[in-house]
Amino acid sequence: MIPLTAYIDGIGLLGPGFADWPSAAAILCAAAPYVAAATVLPAPLSLPPPERRRTGRVVKLALAVGFEATTRAAIERSSLTTVFSSSGGDGFNCHEICQVLASSDRQLSPTRFHNSVHNVAAGYWSIAAGATAAANVLCAHDASFGAGLLEALTQVVVARTPLLLLAYDTQYPEPLNAKRPIPDAFGVALVLAPNASAPTLAKLTAMLTYNDADHMSEPPLEAMRASIPAARSLPLLKKLAQRESGRVIVDYLSHVRLALEVELCS
Amino acid sequence: MIPLRLTCFTAVSAVGCGTAETLDSLEQQRSGLAPCAFETVDVETHVGEVPGVDATALPESLRGFSCRNNRLAQLGLMQDGFAAAVAASAGHWGPRRVGVFLGTSTSGILETELAYRARDPAAGALPKDFNYAATHNSFSVADFVLQTLHLEGPAAVMCTACSSSAKVFASAQRMISAGLIDAAVVGGVDSLCLTTLYGFHSLQLTSRLPCRPFDVARDGISIGEAAAFVLLERPPSRLDGDAIMLLGTGESSDAYHMSSPHPEGRGARASIHQALTAAQLAPGDIDYINLHGTATISNDCAEDLAVTSVFGTGTACSSTKGATGHALGAAGALEAVICALAIQHGIMPGGLSTTAVDPKLNLHYLCENRRGNVRRVLSNSFGFGGANCSLIFGRGA
Repeated sequence: MIPLTAYIDGIGLLGPGFADWPSAAAILCAAAPYVAAATVLPAPLSLPPPERRRTGRVVKLALAVGFEATTRAAIERSSLTTVFSSSGGDGFNCHEICQVLASSDRQLSPTRFHNSVHNVAAGYWSIAAGATAAANVLCAHDASFGAGLLEALTQVVVARTPLLLLAYDTQYPEPLNAKRPIPDAFGVALVLAPNASAPTLAKLTAMLTYNDADHMSEPPLEAMRASIPAARSLPLLKKLAQRESGRVIVDYLSHVRLALEVELCS
Repeated sequence: MIPLRLTCFTAVSAVGCGTAETLDSLEQQRSGLAPCAFETVDVETHVGEVPGVDATALPESLRGFSCRNNRLAQLGLMQDGFAAAVAASAGHWGPRRVGVFLGTSTSGILETELAYRARDPAAGALPKDFNYAATHNSFSVADFVLQTLHLEGPAAVMCTACSSSAKVFASAQRMISAGLIDAAVVGGVDSLCLTTLYGFHSLQLTSRLPCRPFDVARDGISIGEAAAFVLLERPPSRLDGDAIMLLGTGESSDAYHMSSPHPEGRGARASIHQALTAAQLAPGDIDYINLHGTATISNDCAEDLAVTSVFGTGTACSSTKGATGHALGAAGALEAVICALAIQHGIMPGGLSTTAVDPKLNLHYLCENRRGNVRRVLSNSFGFGGANCSLIFGRGA
């Protein structure tokens, strides 16, 4: 087996109480207090105006963390292969479609329909970044972060090219929210490279494990980890924020988790 | 790229339940398309509906997964000895060494569409028995297949719209190359629902007639549904000459538009080139191309430019969507199975319903079945969001 090793060159983060990676890192290493606040999603200025008008929360979230991570890694976006992973698509858009289809007039808007595909964020990212390489878009319900990370690491070690992983989730409105409660939007993006370079933050090696996933010691952060699939990344992000080498287990499927060996590089 | 063996494969679509019926339909040039009578849908269009889906029972312990999409998956798993082949593979490699990677576009969203009609009139709540995770969520079908087949390897669902179940072949191939697993159940399951029927209609992309790929009068798609599964395995050191192999994969993004292909087929050309490079083959080594061929004006134009720019105008091509309809997230896997049958049985299926090939399109489009030695085939799948995938299959020796 090839060791599933990649170098983390850039991080982007957005979530409830998390405005970007540096401020979130300060909270995760306990240098600053966690203050609960709704996630603020910036307008996707990287898109041409007609596309910008059509985007929903999920696209704004994915583009924001993707741009942050690639800016921090100082890497050319157009050349990057991408892996997107999310537990669901655009929840508000899905609700609107189901509502129209349950009504007496089932005329859907074409924009609603094309925004309903699970790969909507990947489509807009490729347009915004001019990225013509492969984009893989996964869903694994609560295991979506683990599934995305495993797919991303596998691609880096097999293709030996840098890659952008984006894991993100947004909430559904009622009545779907009652059946799938996701409290707020959370997104994380990692630039992963096959070799170390100047911006490299840490070396990451993954293995499958049958032990339980690590939890967060702080109750509000553990609640976030447990309730938003993309926030299953928090134990890894905490390790990176604490600037500590060591091992962390992140959640994946009910029958298997991912053990991550983190080795600091700078 | 390390070639992988297609140890077992099966498909259920409007042209047949299992490979024997599918092959027979291809040989008889029988279409599965009929005027849409699905649910309460009032769109004037043809669909490729699979008979017997609603009557298919799920295993007792997995009843919670009940929805049209998982019943269609179950119908697929029961064909061609597929479940038994997977059990043998899991016995050989260990259940932790067999992954599950499936594609879908709408999963069990039909359940949610129906649940919205049954909302509590006062509170607006969905019915108590509505189960989001086991039906609506895209991962539902992979979870259902994992549990049905008692597998314990990595699993995910690929959702790149109409290329979803082609891209899972590339994903599984990478996992096997990295040594994470030795085998994988790959495939796609997508079923009829209101979202896609009304959605494609809103984009004016559905035809009233059975779809006519590459025809001068083509005017849109016919939506179909399918479950198609392939057991991909690390090949043994000595290969049977009859073995069907995955030889190459290619993936690209158009970076152009959410619901229209790049007009010159830029992304499509890139994915075809990559697949040829991965397979270490030249264009002349390909005997037949199973086109994405949706029968929209823009897809067929862009694909024609992409294919002819790589292959010229001599390579035999067709779209089987005139027979099966466009199975969306299951199309890539369904057409992979058709490609495997083409190689096994030396048949290049003629495209149905196409009577006058568009004179502006230059690839060599087959309207009648052709017989011959089919050694290597290319299959194209392109999806919304500009997600392209090309796969190459061939004989083991």
